[in-house]
Amino acid sequence: MDIPYTVEVRRDTGLTNGKIGIWLFLASEVMLFGALFASYILIRTGAETWPRGDTILNVPLATFNTLVLISSSVTMVMSWASLKRGRFGTFRLYMGTTILLGCVFLLVKYFEYSHKFESGLYPSTNNFLAIYFTLTGLHMLHVFGGMVVNAYFWGPGSKLWKTNPEWFANRVEHAGLFWHFVDLVWIFLFPTLYLL
Amino acid sequence: MTTDHAADIDHAADIDRHVRIYITVFVALMALTIVTVAISRFHLPVPMAITVAMLVATIKGSLVACYFMHLISEKKLIYAVLVLTGAFFLALLALPVLTVHDGYWIH
Repeated sequence: MDIPYTVEVRRDTGLTNGKIGIWLFLASEVMLFGALFASYILIRTGAETWPRGDTILNVPLATFNTLVLISSSVTMVMSWASLKRGRFGTFRLYMGTTILLGCVFLLVKYFEYSHKFESGLYPSTNNFLAIYFTLTGLHMLHVFGGMVVNAYFWGPGSKLWKTNPEWFANRVEHAGLFWHFVDLVWIFLFPTLYLL
Repeated sequence: MTTDHAADIDHAADIDRHVRIYITVFVALMALTIVTVAISRFHLPVPMAITVAMLVATIKGSLVACYFMHLISEKKLIYAVLVLTGAFFLALLALPVLTVHDGYWIH
């Protein structure tokens, strides 16, 4: 039995089921990160002193990572636009670049984390580092999860293009919405943790 | 020219217009990232620094949401979901503020 409303929109919502599903999921993600941001505010406002992020963290590396993640968002949306133009080869190029940029982001975070651990800075060291590792760690998990989904659509999942190109384009759009959300979260994490 | 063919050309032109917007937004996001870092170098007082940093982050986030996530031309149901999420999100962020008045309601 076919999954309903993957390509044609429902008459009541004007949307495909996939689209409404991913937005509801993102709504739950907003609450997840929102809870952690609220914790950050609570801990910071309750602390007698709070270090400036740039005295502990590596701002140039984080700035580079911000630019990497923004670039990956563009390549992600371009991969979807390529499918809408019917250019599968270009889609794979852009999607491949998105995955590669995700790898660069995680690699830079690995170096950042390694440096902190080598310097004896752990989540248990102080509240600032506890919230830093929690927020960036959760964000990294999301980047990794997004990369797994993107890799699926770049590889085995792309077979759908041959049988149902419109459905495939919709699935890539939904994966893209998650990826952009991950970018959006980082846009707020970067100044909050590194610059303030 | 068949009607379908004309529609295809319109569609292609529409996608081309979108791609131009994506590139413009990309440049704006890059520039705003540099602005964020540059402003932090001024070592503004904390309340001012937070306000400016969050303002720039909100502009960047809005660009991503509106153009990359296509929220600028989305269906009403998606907006309704987001308004509801936004309300709960703000309530969640406001909770720490209420702790300032800890015990006030009890006594």
